[in-house]
Order: sequence, then C-alpha cells, then structure tokens
Amino acid sequence: MLRHQGCSMLRDASAPGMLQALGARGCPGGPVFHLSRKVTSIVPESCLLILLGLVLGGIVLAVAKKAEYQLEPNMFFLFLLPPIVLDSGYFMPSRLFFDNIGAILTYAVVGTLWNSFATGTALWGLHRAGLMDPGVEAGLMDFLLFGSLISAVDPVAVLAVFEEVHVNETLFIIVFGESLLNDAVTVVLYKVFNSFVELGPAHIHATDYVKGVASFFLVSLGGTAVGLLFAFLLALITRFTKRVRIIEPLFVFLLAYVAYLAAEMVSLSSILAVTFCGICCKKYVEANISQKSRTTVKYTMKTLASSSETIIFMFLGISAVDTSKWAWDTALVLGTLFFILLFRAVGVVLQTHVLNRFRLIPLDRIDQVVMSYGGLRGAVAFALVILLDREKVKAKDYFVATTIVVVFFTVIVQGLTIKPLVTWLKVKRSDHHKPTLNEELHEHAFDHILAAVEDIVGHHGYHYWRDKWEQFDKKYLSQLLMRKSAYRLRDEIWDVYYKLNIRDAISFADQGGHVLSAAKLALPSMPSRTSMSESSVTNLLRESGSGACLDLQVIDTVRSRRDKEDAAMHHVLRGSLYKPRRRYKASYSRHFISPDKQERQDKEIFRQNMKRRLETFKSTKHNVCSSKSKARLKEKGRKKKNISLTKETPNGKTQRNIPWQEAAPVLVMVSSEEEESDSSETEREDDEGIVFIARATDEVLQGKTTPGSLDVCPSPCIIPPSPTLAEKELPWKGDQADLAVYVSSETTKIVPVDMQKAWNQSISSLESIASPPGTESGPQHRRFVCPVLEEGRPQSASHVTPEQSSCFQFPSHISRSGRSQSDSSPDGPEQQELQPLMATEEQGRMPPTVEPRRLMFHRASHL
Amino acid sequence: MLLVVYPLRSLRKGLCRRETIWQYYISILNWWSVSHSQITRLYSRFTSLDKGENGTLSREDFQRIPELAINPLGDRIINAFFPEGEDQVNFRGFMRTLAHFRPIEDNEKSKDQNGPEPLNSRSNKLHFAFRLYDLDKDDKISRDELLQVLRMMVGVNISDEQLGSIADRTIQEADQDGDSAISFAEFVKVLEKVDVEQKMSIRFLH
Repeated sequence: MLRHQGCSMLRDASAPGMLQALGARGCPGGPVFHLSRKVTSIVPESCLLILLGLVLGGIVLAVAKKAEYQLEPNMFFLFLLPPIVLDSGYFMPSRLFFDNIGAILTYAVVGTLWNSFATGTALWGLHRAGLMDPGVEAGLMDFLLFGSLISAVDPVAVLAVFEEVHVNETLFIIVFGESLLNDAVTVVLYKVFNSFVELGPAHIHATDYVKGVASFFLVSLGGTAVGLLFAFLLALITRFTKRVRIIEPLFVFLLAYVAYLAAEMVSLSSILAVTFCGICCKKYVEANISQKSRTTVKYTMKTLASSSETIIFMFLGISAVDTSKWAWDTALVLGTLFFILLFRAVGVVLQTHVLNRFRLIPLDRIDQVVMSYGGLRGAVAFALVILLDREKVKAKDYFVATTIVVVFFTVIVQGLTIKPLVTWLKVKRSDHHKPTLNEELHEHAFDHILAAVEDIVGHHGYHYWRDKWEQFDKKYLSQLLMRKSAYRLRDEIWDVYYKLNIRDAISFADQGGHVLSAAKLALPSMPSRTSMSESSVTNLLRESGSGACLDLQVIDTVRSRRDKEDAAMHHVLRGSLYKPRRRYKASYSRHFISPDKQERQDKEIFRQNMKRRLETFKSTKHNVCSSKSKARLKEKGRKKKNISLTKETPNGKTQRNIPWQEAAPVLVMVSSEEEESDSSETEREDDEGIVFIARATDEVLQGKTTPGSLDVCPSPCIIPPSPTLAEKELPWKGDQADLAVYVSSETTKIVPVDMQKAWNQSISSLESIASPPGTESGPQHRRFVCPVLEEGRPQSASHVTPEQSSCFQFPSHISRSGRSQSDSSPDGPEQQELQPLMATEEQGRMPPTVEPRRLMFHRASHL
Repeated sequence: MLLVVYPLRSLRKGLCRRETIWQYYISILNWWSVSHSQITRLYSRFTSLDKGENGTLSREDFQRIPELAINPLGDRIINAFFPEGEDQVNFRGFMRTLAHFRPIEDNEKSKDQNGPEPLNSRSNKLHFAFRLYDLDKDDKISRDELLQVLRMMVGVNISDEQLGSIADRTIQEADQDGDSAISFAEFVKVLEKVDVEQKMSIRFLH
C-alpha cells in the first residue's frame, strides 16, 4: 500500500519532468495519471508505467527520429536494482521466509535450472525442426543462453504485480523468495553459457561443465557469505552510532550497497548478498538505531525502491520502441512464450508434488496455478539480453525482440489477469490485521511448546534448530551486536506491546488534538474497556462526549476567592513569565539535527494544544470533583497551612480570608519582581509573602496527602486534581516541559492505564527534544520567579521526596510497589486509571531543576 | 491403577501377544492414524527416556532431557503429560499427549463430523495451550497466571512493571465479559486469525 502510494505519487511527479527531460512538447501521458485510483485498481502500476514508457519512447522517436534512451544494463544493475533488492530483503518477513526456505530454495534452484534447460532445448528443437526464420543463427548453446536469461522469474515484476494482488503470505513468500534467490542460478547459467558461446561448442571440455557446477556453489554461497559479512558489520557499526544518530540511516544504505558492489566485483551473486544482508541485519539494526532513524530508513528505502521500480518499467517501455535492435521472428516469439508458460507450470507441479511430502501444509492445486501463472519475467532478463555481445551471439536481435515481448506479455497480460484469476480461483487471501498482543504472546508459547515436544520425541526438526539458533543468538550474537540498552529491552512480546501502545497513543493524540473538548475529557466513568484497539479508543472518546458534560454549576458552584485569586495570579504570572521568547540559536551542523527549529516548533504546537485543552478542562473540572470530599480535603490542608502561617498571620485559623488578602500583595510583588528581574538575597527576604504562598501550597499538599487519603470518600469522582492546586502550581512552572507533562496528567484522566506508558514515552521524547533549550532557559526563568522557587523548592522537595517514589509508580503495579495509603481506599481501581502518567523511568530522566513539577505530580496523584 | 503399568516392552518385539496390548494398540491407532513403524519409533524413544525401566515415565525422566531444561515452558509442558494427580505416565498417556501435535490432514477435515473430536483438532490444540496457562484449572487465565507465564517467557530484562502492564493489556485485549480473566472461549476468539493448525503441529508426528 505504501509502495503503491509512493509509486503513484512519484509517477505523478516524475511524468512531467521526464517529458521535459526528453524534450517532448505536449503531455499526452499526464491526464492518464489523474485517473490513477480507478485505473490502478484494475491495471497494475507496472503495466501503466510500461505503456507510458512506450508512449514517451514513441514521442522521442517521432521527434528525434532515432531512439536515444534505453535501459542501460550497467545503470540497471548498479543503480536501479540494488534499492529494490535491499528493500525486499530488509522488509522480508524473516520468520515466514525461513519457515518456507526449503520450498523457496527448491523452486529457485531446481525450478530455474529446469526452466532454462527445458526452454533452451525446446527452442533449439524448434529451430532444428526448421520452424524458425533461417535468419536466426543460433546453436544449442545460444538457445541455452537465451533460455537461462528468459527463464528466471523477476523480483521486480513479481513484487510489482503481487503486491496488488494480496494472495496469502505463504504463496507470496514462495514466489517472491524464489524470484530473489534464483539470481544465483541465473547469473551462473548466464555466465557459463556466455563463455561457452564465446568459446564455441567445439572447445568445451568436460572440465568446463564441472567448473560451471562448481561456480554455481561458489557464486551462491559466496554471495550469501558476503551478505552475511556485511550484515554483521552493519549491525556492529550501528551499535556504536549513539553520538551520530543522524548518519545511522546512511550506514544502512551504504553498507548494503557496498555489499552489493563487493559481490558484483568478484562476480558473486550480488542480489543474494544484498538480500541476505537485509534479512540478517534488520533485527540488530532496528534494535540499535533510534526511532527516527528507523523511520528514515523505512521511508527512504521504500521511496528509493519505488522510484527505481518506476524508472525501470518506464525505461522498459521506452527502450522497447527502439526498433533498430529488433528482429522479429514469430516462431521464436510464440515458441518462447508457449514454452516458458508450459515449463513453468510443469516444473511447479512436479516440484510441488515432491515438496508436499515434506511440507506441513501442502500447497494445493490452486496455489500451484497461481505460482505458475505468477512467474513473471522482467527487467533482469531484458538487461541481460542487452548485455549480450552481438559479435558472439549472432541472433541477439531476435533474442532482444523476444525478450521484450515476453516481458511485456508477462507484465501486462499476466499482470492484468492475475487479479481476476486469483479472485476466480478463490485463492486464500492474506488478511492484514494488526498484530495483537495475545497473538504474539500465544504464538511464542506455541513455539516453545513445539520445541519442547520435539525435544521429547527426540526429533531434531525445524523447531529444534530454530530454538537452538535463538539460544545462540541470545547468548552471543545479540550481545555482540546490540547496544546494551537495546539488548536489555529486547523482547518481542514487549516490542509488540510497545508498538501497540505507541499506536494507541498516536491515534489518541490525533483525536485529542482536534476533536477533544474539555467536556469529552472529563469522563465521569470509564465504560468497561473491552478491547483496546484504536477504534475503541476513538469510540470511547466520541461516545463519552455526550454524557460527560454534566452540571458543573450544580455540583461545584462555589469558587472560593482563593481559587480566583490563584487563577488571577496564575494568569498574571503566565502572561508575563512566558512572554519573553527564547532566542533560537542559529547553528548549523550536518551531522546533528539541532533540537530547535522544526521539533521545537512541534513542541510548541503540542504545548499550545495542551494548554488550550487545559484551559477548557479547568472550567469543567469542578463538575467531577465531589465538593464534599474536596471541602474536607481543603479543610485539612488549610489547617495545616495555617499552622505554618501562624507567624505572620496569627489569626489564620479562624479567618479564612486572611490568606487571600495577603495574597493580593503577593501578586503585585511578583509582577514587580519580574520587572526588576534581579534576584538578590536581600530582595528575597522582602518577598516573604511569596515565599509563604509557595510554602503554603506545599503544606496544603502535605496536608492533603496524608490525612486526605485516609478518609477519601469512596465516590468515584475524585478524579482530577482540584483546580486550585493546578492553578496554584502553574505560576511556578519553571520550564516548558512542565506544562507538557503537567497537562498530560490531566488528559490522561481518560486514558486507560496501559496507554499512559505510551503517553509518557511520547511526552518524554518531546521533553528530551526540548531539553537543551529547556535547561538553558531554566535559570533565566528562574531569575524572574527566583524568590518563589528558591525558597519554596528546597522545602517542598524535602517534604515530598520520601513519598515521591511511591506515588510516581506506574499505576498498574500497585501490588508490587507498595503504594501508599491511597490504594487501600476503596476507590483503588478508579484511581489507578486516573493516576497521572509518570513512569519511574521518567523520574530518572528529569533534571533536578524541575523539582516543582514533581510536586505537582505528587499532588495530582494523591487527589 | 495397575492397568497403567502395562508390560509395554512387548510392544517393541512382536506385538499383540496379549489381548490387552492389542486393545491398547488399537486405541492408540484410534487417536492417531499412524503407521506401525511410527508407533515403534516413538516407543523406542519412550523406552530410552524411561530410565527406571518400569514402563512409565516420571517427571524426572522428562527433566533429564537437556533441551527441555532451557525451554522456558519446559516444566509446564512436562506437567501437561501427567494426568491430574499422577506422577507417572505410561506409553498410552504419552502418545495421547503427543497426538495433539499431529498435523490435521485434508481427509480428516471433511470426515470429522461423526465421531468424537480428534485430539489434534484445532480446539484441542488450543485447549492444550490453554491448560499450560491455566494452573488452577478454573478454565480461566487470571492475571497472575498470565504473569507467571510471561515471567518465564520474557527473561529477566523486562521489569515487573512492564510485565504487569503487558499482562493487563493482554487481558484487556481478550477479555469480553469483563471478568479480568481470559476464558477458553475468549482465548479461542482472540486466536481465531492465527493458523493454529499449522503452528501447533509437528510434521514428524504425521
């Protein structure tokens, strides 16, 4: 699908450019592609491209009177083919591939040998029978040479066609794997016969045949070895690229390409080299490189592959127009077409018959039909036939014409008909569904079970060896080739879990960014979470919109003055504190993407969204808060606070209003403080008021955590942290990251437990992006609010740290982490869900300067 | 109980000397349309495992298999060979368990309506796997049971918290009736897209 889109996009983009390049006026091909969706659902991309190539070639021919462009074999083999092969190797489903390796190898080796010999001899027979034009000067060796190049199934064509057909994966991997692995056979046969033709039949000795057979093993095994070697190197290199993340993708491409060139240079099978390099390195490379590099590798590879594919098919069309290289012979063309179809079918049936004796799931008749029909020929054959030397191979022109017809026939006719055929035969299609955690987990269990049963019956079968390999891999290879950090976390079950979470989080964020309103955020209760697929999350979000916005006025109408106070202060502070923008550092480095600019902007946007959400959320928050419990909590907190306030406000206990009154000057002070922007020790002493508020909040917090949690009312609606606290906290947010995290604690109120982790990760990644500027600006900010922070923080920290570790625990592990009192209360499960997301690892990552943020979390979690 | 200890050695040399053995043999053939040679092959494996030479295998006999010791689910699988409350398994039981892993043949798929469900049917294969999880045999995989299996399978690098969240998520994914556990029906449902017939079969046991 991805490829498909990429392809169509590319084609749209490349069509006009190509025309210009070819110096053509007028663009007859252009409009065709705007029909793309409809057309490509019926006609494979490759057919369209070939036709476009034909048209373009025709135009060039008409304008320039001679064909100027051709698919150059060198260009094809050196530049166009490697990306496609690398892409297919790297993204090869390795488990599936190795599960079917026996069948794939049989078809690739035996099948290709059979095809080329049978086709070659049959054509020679046709020639001997005098059915061909006498102009075709070719002996047995020429026909065998031709047979060898025409009989290999082409990976490019197979991919292009099968990708749109969606047959079941076993069938696909067999045909596709065959097309990749038969390269060795094709190369050897081609080279051997080519040299035989050059030598002339008279000079061939028996040793030459032996050499031919030996060179097959050399070429195939050598190519594979080169691939493995480079895969090893690549994995090893990516292990040490931690400091040069930006060039990680480069290594992947570079080394794979070097593998290709190295194999090509010593005339080993280069396709095999790249394929195996891709298959084998993937596991380690993916584990080593960063998430971004992974994405880069993925998309670059896909883009390169589809551009190569596009160019190849276009040029096939263009070069077919060049009639000077054609020499038509009907008997040869028809004979070749007939024989390759016939022998392919015969070969498949015979081999499958043998293979089915050894296969767990036999390939049935329908599979065989698709396999024989899916044997497409493509650009490899064309490039090879162009490479022939006209001096040595007299019938080259005939062969070129025949190859072009065969390629066109297989790609266009078979490519067009294979889809209806597959539908008509009711071939088992592949069902693409996202992997679920259960499937992954249980399939792992199945593997272990089978390995154990094989051990018990004492049969060293496939599972036995796979188990052995995995042990070996775990013990040595992974340790050697993976980063320590990656190795530690390396587990497939965990990977799937992680991916699922990321997906959910992203879809949630997508939803949340636009659709979510505060009303939807304030979920009164969670419906029983049946399944956690993305749809369910979105449904959840959608459905909840209606019932959530309950009567906020009814429940909590009384906004205390203090709330307003704090809100006002918060606004003032925020308005003035966040206004000064940081200067972006204008730095340029090619090897490091500086964290500002784009990502910074992203973060900015993210922050804005979150902020907006928070604002709206704040207004509706009260509805969920049980006023009763809140009142009680406040009461307690206040008492405590007042105790601490006794020095300055001795009447605090009785007169509640006093703190507010006192807070008013505080406000003023803060704003004036900013203007001065100079925080000396003396000044701080003047600002006792501010200091007090800061301390007071901490005290409130303390008060709330301990006694509040003891008598938490069992109502399910003590969900969000009280707005007061939130607002109170906001002014002290030291740096950017605060807000993001803080807001997230609110948004996750409705995020189920297990998504929190993902949230965390996405947020922490954002944080880490911004951390350089964040820390940079931290002090700057603090200078403004200095008195508040400097005094408030140490205290708060000392107050809270003992409990912090416990209340930051990831919510789902209550049992283990021994969370404090709040869990023992009856609302345990609900609270679990409502915990702000805060993984333990987050804790470690946070710089010590952002202590206040911890505080906030602390608070939120205990409400 | 005595029936358990058949004089099995005779199976190897000339079969069916006694009627009981013949019935015994037939009953194996019933679950398992195997050839005679297949039975003798597995029987020789059975006797080679049977270090005590009493015609039955004990847990220790299984545990002596070196590869099984490094199989994370090894102990669970060994336990699966032993019927409830027994610590010996005879050849019949041995074969009965192994029969779960026989591939399903084409001709079986069609004819299987009439007789009792063969041991290697999809649901029996799944049930075998399910029982490995379900320790307390209440036909439910609870969170704890799942965690235990996970702990065995993922090694020490994953923290308990992560495991816990995996377990939670797994249960959430499968759980349909909201009891925070996976029943067998839910287990089957969640694996309905998986080619269990293939993934729980060994060709050798054909």
